[in-house]
Amino acid sequence: MLWPIDLIVLTFVIFCAIAAITVRDLLGTAILFSAYSFLMCLLWAVMGAVDVAFTEASVGAGVSTVFFVAAVFRTSRRTKD
Amino acid sequence: MKFIGFVIVCLTGGLLLYGTVDLPDWGDPASPASTHLSDYYIEHIVEQTQVPNLVTAVLADYRGYDTMFETAVVFCAGLACFLLLRDFRPKKDRYFRHVPTGVMLHFKNPDTRLVAGNEFEHMDKDWVPSDMIIKTVCRILIPFIQIYALYVVAHGDFSPGGGFQGGVIFGSSLILMAISYNLKTLVKRVTEKFLSIFAALGVLIYVGLGFLAMIMGGHFLDYGMLAPLLPSDPGHIRALGMLGVEIGVGIAVMAVMVIIYMNIVSEGRHDEGL
Repeated sequence: MLWPIDLIVLTFVIFCAIAAITVRDLLGTAILFSAYSFLMCLLWAVMGAVDVAFTEASVGAGVSTVFFVAAVFRTSRRTKD
Repeated sequence: MKFIGFVIVCLTGGLLLYGTVDLPDWGDPASPASTHLSDYYIEHIVEQTQVPNLVTAVLADYRGYDTMFETAVVFCAGLACFLLLRDFRPKKDRYFRHVPTGVMLHFKNPDTRLVAGNEFEHMDKDWVPSDMIIKTVCRILIPFIQIYALYVVAHGDFSPGGGFQGGVIFGSSLILMAISYNLKTLVKRVTEKFLSIFAALGVLIYVGLGFLAMIMGGHFLDYGMLAPLLPSDPGHIRALGMLGVEIGVGIAVMAVMVIIYMNIVSEGRHDEGL
């Protein structure tokens, strides 16, 4: 039975997405995006799309987080809205 | 203004959700993709290309033209980052340390040049001493990450993965080196020239294989036509062509990831950063 895992992960994905747009600390947002990508990767893997899951893990959870952190490091950590 | 934005987001989201009602269910055997698209690939890929991983075969061979322009898009992303952010002017305030004595020098004029041996080292404003544990762990880890990236590229025909993922993993191993030591350690080993050449070379390998197939008398990216060039079993030539293309993608993606990182983290100066 895989469907409960599916639903649990999907709930976490939605929580991460909402948290990422509400949190004012941009560094926290970057990490939340990373968590979001990793949970999406789990979802792809559960659905059997292993290649997509691999790409999501390496690009979404890995490199794009580093780019976000680098951009936050060079700009500001606080957002005004 | 915020309220209007919220309403627009809700409307668009609702419209998208409404649109998904028409989509076939996940894994629906009666959906158009399952009735006359997937079964063709599932039945014919292994006999036509000798590649067990269907995703790689579709991406690199049947949809090779698409993947070629994806690589070009990645290359353009790196190029755009370079053009937007790269700053060749030297920094106004520069700090140097005389290593044997520990005396700090503060240069306010950007035109001043320090002509000395290796006794002076450039100091970063944001530099913090790296922890020994982090340095050691990363130094041990990086070769394994790179070997894994090469494995992912080379094994893309048989298991999940391929040029794009392998390139990203290789690029992130280099970024890890920059994070655990400092940016200059990376720039010293992997220069900007090297990365720029590699980013272009990856796209060139891909397009070049396509044109090579044309020169050999086939269509663009028709790897089957490369058979006379390689002393291998003609049945496997499409798999080898795909491997070549994946190597091109991997090289381009690896170089572009490091270029983007270096330009973002140092505001285009490539001197100091995370």
